[in-house]
Amino acid sequence: MANAISILPDQQLAVLNDTYRKAVARKRLKASLAAVVFFAALIIAAIGAEVNLRTLFTYFGNFVSYFDRILTLEDGTRVWTNFGEWFWGWQKWLKMLGETILISYVGTLIGAVLAFVLNFFAAQNTSPAPWLRFVIRRLLEFARTVPGIVFALIFVIAFGLGPMAGVLAIAVHSAGALGKLFSEIVENADMKPLEGVRSTGASWLSCMRFAVLPQVTAGYASYALLRFEINVREASVMGFVGAGGIGQELVVAIRKFYYSDVSAILVTIIVTVFAIDITTGWLRGKLFGKEARA
Amino acid sequence: MSQLPKPDTDALRSKYPDVFDRPASARLAMPAMILAVFAIFVFGLVDLGFSPAKLMSGLSQLGWITVMMIPPDPGSSLPAYLAALGETLSIAVLGTTIAAILALPVSLLAARNIIPSQLLRFPVRRFLDSIRGVDTLIWALVWINVVGLGPFAGVLAIAVADFGAFGKLFSEAIEAADGKQVEGIRASGGNALHEIRFGLMPQVLPVIAGQVLYFIESNTRSATIIGIVGAGGIGLQLAEQIRVLEWQKVSFLILMILVAVAAIDWISGKLRFAIIGQRAVA
Repeated sequence: MANAISILPDQQLAVLNDTYRKAVARKRLKASLAAVVFFAALIIAAIGAEVNLRTLFTYFGNFVSYFDRILTLEDGTRVWTNFGEWFWGWQKWLKMLGETILISYVGTLIGAVLAFVLNFFAAQNTSPAPWLRFVIRRLLEFARTVPGIVFALIFVIAFGLGPMAGVLAIAVHSAGALGKLFSEIVENADMKPLEGVRSTGASWLSCMRFAVLPQVTAGYASYALLRFEINVREASVMGFVGAGGIGQELVVAIRKFYYSDVSAILVTIIVTVFAIDITTGWLRGKLFGKEARA
Repeated sequence: MSQLPKPDTDALRSKYPDVFDRPASARLAMPAMILAVFAIFVFGLVDLGFSPAKLMSGLSQLGWITVMMIPPDPGSSLPAYLAALGETLSIAVLGTTIAAILALPVSLLAARNIIPSQLLRFPVRRFLDSIRGVDTLIWALVWINVVGLGPFAGVLAIAVADFGAFGKLFSEAIEAADGKQVEGIRASGGNALHEIRFGLMPQVLPVIAGQVLYFIESNTRSATIIGIVGAGGIGLQLAEQIRVLEWQKVSFLILMILVAVAAIDWISGKLRFAIIGQRAVA
């Protein structure tokens, strides 16, 4: 098989080459045009965002040294040489951390229950009336698009400072996000059991309870656990606007330049988030089999 | 109508013992779990200071606020709000782009098919995980300490926070790439750099482009809130108007955010469709 490759006659080759070059040229033109548009957008964005490279270069040392500073104790030694001094406020911080986790737990649960109640009305295949579906969908969309912390800002004024505002903000935002995911699960459910139950003369409520619910519960729980994971992160910053949790301590430490406290609180938050991620991942794997873990 | 014979329960019972006699642990697991979930919930309500009176007065306040919000009205500050919205979009686009550019080389270090050594990959992955564990708002506070108040701090905060997320997502995309094309490049005499450039990149770039667009979309939301801590954009205006209780302006700003997010959703959906085709959009 020494001469398996046969070379085409020049004439044919020229035509082929020509077509190929034309096809590639068009593609290249498109790509470079897209690149130009993209760069123009970037430059406009840079002007809009007041990007100042000189500031960045002048102060970038600060960014690096910031981490140096937050890892140094007041007596000038590294934080990990003296754990007792680094985590001096561990009792207070653990309490705040517990509050943070409780906020996300209660918020997620309330949000999941709200989403559970609303999602059957939002799903295409189970909604009793099109207008109702439209209204519920817009409502969920609103709750999902407005960031949780904006709800928190408003709730802090309505309900007063404290964890209650944080819980409700997380609940509303989670209801929006979970409502959409839940209704998508319902839309993917098998409709045959529903027909079976309806043919026995069951009401809409019984149809949902006996035909749809057994199919979707596992998916619901899996998404709710995932949301809990996200909400722990969210709850850790709720304190920035006065809505409870460890964020309050963190923002005070950052603003008042209590350097080693900043790193101590950050480490506590990161470790907690890791622990919760791993636990819920394990729990989901255990409850719903391996495929639900992803 | 023929009568069905009465089932012989005893025979069935002995034939399928695990259907009739489930162990107590299996029967009690579900109620116990529900009870535990509910107990923690009630404990949480008490510990976090929920009370019906507080809830009622808060809800009536909230109702009052909602009434005050109607109709949305920007007053005379519409130009300022539009500028702030532009700032927010700029922060999102620029922050995401910087994050993507920085994350691409690092993600190669975190991918199993590029760096087989677990020893090298592990620290890179944990490093990315730690960055992701810290919220964008916290990064914004840190950057404000470094470059001062303003949108630039917001850009850097989003860039750092997304760097962690992109590093993980990109490395997963690279690990999912087909190894045969890389082998082909190696067989024709390409070096390691050629393998990455011609074997890997054509496969992963469309995926990466899709993810970047999706993040620009989600960062428009993040960029609206980092203003709350002083890092520029429309969040700054929003937080200010909420603090001075100008509810009509607040509702107008929220509407603006909703419209902007919907517009970006729509545009990036179209672009993603153009880049990677319908299949991957869903």
